[in-house]
Amino acid sequence: MTIIIDALRAAVSVEAAYFCLTAIGLNVQFGFAGLLNFGQAGFVAVGAYGFAVAVASFNLPFFVAILVGLTCTAILALFLGIPTLRLRADYLAIATIAAAEVIRLFFGASFKEYFNGRDGVTGFSDAFQGANPYSGEVLGFRPGDFWVMTIGWILVVLSSIFLWSLMRSPWGRVLKSIREDEEAVRSLGKNVYSYKMQALILGGMVGCLGGFILALGQNSVQPDNFSSDLTFIVYTMLILGGAARIFGPIFGAVVFWAFLSLISGILGRLTEGGDPVIPSWLMTDDQVGSVRFMIVGLALMLLMIFRPQGVFGDRKEIALDAR
Amino acid sequence: MRLRIAALLALIMGALLLGGIASPAASTGTTAPSAAPQAAEEKITVQGRLINKSTSGQTNVAGATITVTDASGEETTTESDENGQYSVDVPYEQGDLTVELDESTLPEGVALREGARNPIKVKVESTLPVTITFVLGPGDRQVASALDQIPQNLYNGLYFGVILALGALGLSMIFGTTGLTNFAHGELVTFGAILTYTFNATFGLSIWIAALLAIAFSAAFGLVQDLFLWRPLRNRGTGLIAMMIVSIGLQFFLRNIFQFFTGGRTANYREYTTPPGITLGPVTYTVRDLVCLGVAIVLLLSVTLALSRTRIGRATRAIADNPSLAASTGINVNRVITIVWTVGTLLAGTCGVLLGFSQSVKFDLGAQILLVMFAAITVGGLGSIWGAIVGSLVVGMLIEMSTMVIPSELKIAAALFVLILILLVRPQGLFGRRERIG
Repeated sequence: MTIIIDALRAAVSVEAAYFCLTAIGLNVQFGFAGLLNFGQAGFVAVGAYGFAVAVASFNLPFFVAILVGLTCTAILALFLGIPTLRLRADYLAIATIAAAEVIRLFFGASFKEYFNGRDGVTGFSDAFQGANPYSGEVLGFRPGDFWVMTIGWILVVLSSIFLWSLMRSPWGRVLKSIREDEEAVRSLGKNVYSYKMQALILGGMVGCLGGFILALGQNSVQPDNFSSDLTFIVYTMLILGGAARIFGPIFGAVVFWAFLSLISGILGRLTEGGDPVIPSWLMTDDQVGSVRFMIVGLALMLLMIFRPQGVFGDRKEIALDAR
Repeated sequence: MRLRIAALLALIMGALLLGGIASPAASTGTTAPSAAPQAAEEKITVQGRLINKSTSGQTNVAGATITVTDASGEETTTESDENGQYSVDVPYEQGDLTVELDESTLPEGVALREGARNPIKVKVESTLPVTITFVLGPGDRQVASALDQIPQNLYNGLYFGVILALGALGLSMIFGTTGLTNFAHGELVTFGAILTYTFNATFGLSIWIAALLAIAFSAAFGLVQDLFLWRPLRNRGTGLIAMMIVSIGLQFFLRNIFQFFTGGRTANYREYTTPPGITLGPVTYTVRDLVCLGVAIVLLLSVTLALSRTRIGRATRAIADNPSLAASTGINVNRVITIVWTVGTLLAGTCGVLLGFSQSVKFDLGAQILLVMFAAITVGGLGSIWGAIVGSLVVGMLIEMSTMVIPSELKIAAALFVLILILLVRPQGLFGRRERIG
C-alpha cells in the first residue's frame, strides 16, 4: 500500500513538475512545430544557472533574477536557432544535442568563481522560501517542497492554458502546417524560418520555467542535472502522453514518475532484507536503479514502434514520418 | 562483488592499523609513573624524512638539524640520520608545535624549494605522531613547456583518432546505407570493451583470445540487431526519425544493462595495462600502443579496400547511393544491409576493445565518445568512408591539441563546437557530396 502512496506522491512531486514544464516546452518545439530539438536540457540549464547565479553571485532581487533567466534562455534560443533551423531533422538533432553538451561542459568547467564547477551553485532560494505560506508538513511533504510544488503545478496549468489558446489561434495553425509541409506554407508567403524561431524561443522559455522549479526544488544547480538523459526522458514522457496535445506532456510526466516510483518500490521490496524474494545473484537492491532505467529505455522503444502517438495523440498529427 | 570484498578487507586492515597505532599511545600513558597527581607525562612524536628531490633523482639528507618548539616554549633539537629520517619525542601539550629546519646545517647544494614553508606550525590535538615534511630541492616534476607538449599531444590525438575511426566508420556505413543516425553506436563500443574485460579478467583467458571473442560476439550482436529489430522496422515502413528515437531507447536500455552488470565501477584488463614507455625524441609511446594502432589500421584498410574492390562493397555503395535502383539491378538489399550492420558492429566492438587499454572500462565508455564520433563523421562527411577516417583523425588531434589552450575538461566541447561549425559552414563535411541537408 505504501508503494502505491509513494507512487502517487512521486507523480505530483517537484521532479514531476519541472519535467512536466520541460515537456510542455518541448511539445511546442517538437509536437506543434516539428523541430527535433534534442538540446532542451541546454535551455533548462541556462535558465536555472541564470537565475541561480543572478541571486547567489550578484544578489539581484527574485523577480529580476527570473527575468535574467528568461532572457538568457531567449538569447540561447536565438543563437542556437539562427544557424541550425535550416537543417534537416536528424542534423538538427545532432546539432542541438552537441550544443546542449557544450553548455553542460561549459557550466562545469568555466568561470568557476560564478558557476562553482561540478559542485554547482547553491543558496539562492531564501527570498522564495521567505514567501512560503505553509508552516508545517502538508500531506507528508515538507513545507518548502510543497511550496515549490504549488508554484510548479500552477505554472504548468497557466502555461498549458496559454498554449491551448495559442495553438487555436492563427499563429498556432501556421505552426502546425509547418510541421506537416514546410514548402506549402512557404509557398503561401509565410516566413517559415521566423515561425520556427518563435516556436524555439517559446518552447525554450517554458523549459526555462522548468529550470527555475528544478533550481528552487533542489536549492542547488549542478551541471550533471542537465545531461542528455534529461532530454531523452522528457522525450519519453512527451511521446508517452502524446505529442501535439496540450494534456499529453502533463499526462506523460505524471504517469512516468508514478510508474518509475512504482517500479522502484516493487523491486525494492522484492530485493530487500536478508532473504529477498528475488535472489541476490539475479538482482541486488543497488541494481534497482539500473533496472528502472532499462525499463524506461525498453518503454521508449516499444512506444515508438507500436504507438508513436502515445495515449492522447493522433497518428496523423505526429512529425515522425518526415524524411 | 570483488570490489566489495576488497573494500571489506581494506576496512578491516585499516581498523587493525588504527588499533595498532592507538595501543602504543595508550600503553605509554599507562606505564608512565603514577606518582604525579595530574595526567602522566605524555609524549608526542614528531618525525619526518628529509629527501632532496631533483630531476636527477632523490637523495636522503643526513645531518641536518631540526628544532621542535612546543606550546610552552620548550625547545628540543635533533638531527636527521643517514636515511634522512628524524624522530624526537616532546612533551604532549595542547596547542601549537613549531618545527624549524636549520638551513645552515643542510649539506652543500641542498636547499629548500622556492616558496616552501620553514618553520612549519602544527596544531596538536591528540597523541598520534606528527609527520612534518620539508620540501627540499627543485623537484622531480618535469614541467614541459607548451611547445614541448605539441608532439606528444599530436601523437595522442593521432592514436585516439585512429581508434575512433573504427567506431566512426561503422556509424558512417550504417548511416550511408540505411539513413539511420544510430544513437546506440556508443553502446556497441562499450559492448566490446566490457566483453573483453569479462573474458580476460573474470574468466581468465589471455587478452588475445578475449579480444577475438569480444569482436566475434560484437559482430554477432550486430547481426542479431539487424535481423530482429531494424529489418522488421524497415519492412514496416517506419520513418527514419522514429527509428532514430528507437535507437535512443536502445541506447538507454543497453547502457543500463551494462551498469546492471558492472555496477558503475571502473576496471582494467588483466594484462598490458601499464606498459613501460619508450621515448623517441619528444614523444613517449609504448609497444602496446603500436600493436593497437597496427590492429586498427589493418582493420580500417581491409574494410576500405573491401568496400572499393569487392562485389559486396560495390553493392553497399550502390545501396548508399540509391536503394531502389540498386534493388532493381538484382542486389539483395536486405542481405547487404545485414552485412553492413555486422561489419559496423564488428568495427565498433574492436574500437571498444582497443579503447579499454588506454581508457579504463566503464559502463559509459562508449556513451562518452558517441558525440565525438558524430563530430568525426560530420567533419569528414556523413556517409563517406574516407571522410569518416580523416574526420576521426582531425577530431582526435583537435581534442588533444585543444588541451593546450582550454581546460582539459572542455576538450570534448571543442570537438562538439567544431561539429556545429561544420554543420553551418560546410554541412557536407570534407568529403561528402553537396546534397541538401535542409
